[in-house]
Amino acid sequence: MADVDLQVADGELMGLLGPNGAGKTTLISILCTMVQPTSGDATVCGYDVRRDQTAVRRSVGVVFQDSTLDEDLTGQENLNFHARLYGLNAATRRERVNTVLELVALSKRRGDLVKTYSGGMRRRLEIAKGLMHNPKVLFLDEPTLGLDPQARRRIWDHISKLRDACGTTVVLTTHYMEEAEFLCSRVAIIDRGRIVAIDDVEVLKANFGQDRVELRVLGKPDPLLHEINQLNDVLHCSVQNGRLHLTVRSGDSFVPKVMELARSCKLEISSLSVRKSSLEDVFMNLTGRETGEDLFSSE
Amino acid sequence: MSHLFAAYALWERAIIKFVRSLHKIMISMSMPLLFLFVLGGGMGNLVKYGDGLNYMGFIGPGVMGFILLMNSMGNGMNILWDRKLGILKAIVVAPASRASIVVGMAMGAVTTSVIRALIIFVALVLLDFIRLSPWMLFTTLFFMFLMSWSFAAIGIAFASRMTDPETYPAVINLLVMPLFMASNALYPLEALPDWLRVFAYANPLTYGIDGLRYATGFPYHFSPVLDLIVVLLFFAVSTLSCWRLYCNVRL
Repeated sequence: MADVDLQVADGELMGLLGPNGAGKTTLISILCTMVQPTSGDATVCGYDVRRDQTAVRRSVGVVFQDSTLDEDLTGQENLNFHARLYGLNAATRRERVNTVLELVALSKRRGDLVKTYSGGMRRRLEIAKGLMHNPKVLFLDEPTLGLDPQARRRIWDHISKLRDACGTTVVLTTHYMEEAEFLCSRVAIIDRGRIVAIDDVEVLKANFGQDRVELRVLGKPDPLLHEINQLNDVLHCSVQNGRLHLTVRSGDSFVPKVMELARSCKLEISSLSVRKSSLEDVFMNLTGRETGEDLFSSE
Repeated sequence: MSHLFAAYALWERAIIKFVRSLHKIMISMSMPLLFLFVLGGGMGNLVKYGDGLNYMGFIGPGVMGFILLMNSMGNGMNILWDRKLGILKAIVVAPASRASIVVGMAMGAVTTSVIRALIIFVALVLLDFIRLSPWMLFTTLFFMFLMSWSFAAIGIAFASRMTDPETYPAVINLLVMPLFMASNALYPLEALPDWLRVFAYANPLTYGIDGLRYATGFPYHFSPVLDLIVVLLFFAVSTLSCWRLYCNVRL
């Protein structure tokens, strides 16, 4: 990792996006004191990750990318184990176990061995485990990796419910764009150990995204094409089979303009469609299409 | 207080698993029981020791020592499993101190190993080799605890550094068998050739077993005080090195 400068506010739901090997997991490992940073400083809830390790560990909950559950114990026993590791007393422990099991809808299966749980249930139990000690900050490292869409949706619901109900700050890594768009108020895009962009999802889209507009006119489009090329928010323009394919900064503001231009050229628009840029477009723009291959050749 | 909870968490987990896999205990008891009854019974007619003491009775404390050595040291394997299953990561990012985690793990190993050794103890009582008394029970458990803890600490120390789940049991076997064979477990120290006696004298297991012989009322070789001093020394050294190595446990 190099030159990562990142601040996450209290109660924020921050997303870390990046291709495989970009450094997302390393960043989380540093922030939860598992790995010592070779240089630079990091503080969590005001505690330094090098000097106040115990205080940091007390304040954060971590849900790792891969399982940390003991399959030979029941769901409840896993939670009890975790609670005791965090020094919760018996009364708090019982109350918290009930609360988190309720939150992830696993109360009915609490007495079953984790061996018998499905993938989605295991992930939910992991999240419940991360929440046991009521952490101020929760790190989720790819919480929905390998889950079916229903299970993923349920976990998203749990995460947003949790942020709303407990005010927990959540830092989440993912490479599912929908996940980041659905959950995160702010997103940092990491590539090769550096933060290449950080902002609200909508702002990122506006700054780095490009909307695509496709329109068709009755008659010859040439005069309109000429006018369109004069506009400075058009990035790219081509004609295919009588259809105009345009790449523009913002489709919302481009549409009224093009209507106006068509009217002045006395052309009738027969169809017009706008495809808004997605976070994925932003991601691809910023991290480059060749990243994956680059990584394979350098590793 | 919270350190106590963390130690308890590790201990409880070991006990739950122990109780859930009683069949494994039967398997792990097969070798010690073979030693006691088959080796003890078979050799018993060949060997006469001291004042006509039965060989089976003589190796009884030796077999208990073997159980404590093997099971306590082998307990470190749990760390390798935890590492493979990701549980170690979860333990390491918890605020619990490394010391409390080591104590919890070692106590888990002690409990499960001593219960196994007590099976041999009960057999010896039933065969009328041992006369029960409160003092005897106390000293026996005391020596068992010290031995088991020390071997468990060594197992944890090795497991903190070794990440390959195939080399760990091999290395433990490499340690367990020579420690067992080059001790007073199966033969009296007087009967050993000089070169082997050197190893037996340098072997902490020898003093542990000698202490157990004293505790259970069998003839013993050293003075019980010397046994206790050596065992306590071993306890201190192994605990310290275990704690030091576990502080930087490999993930």
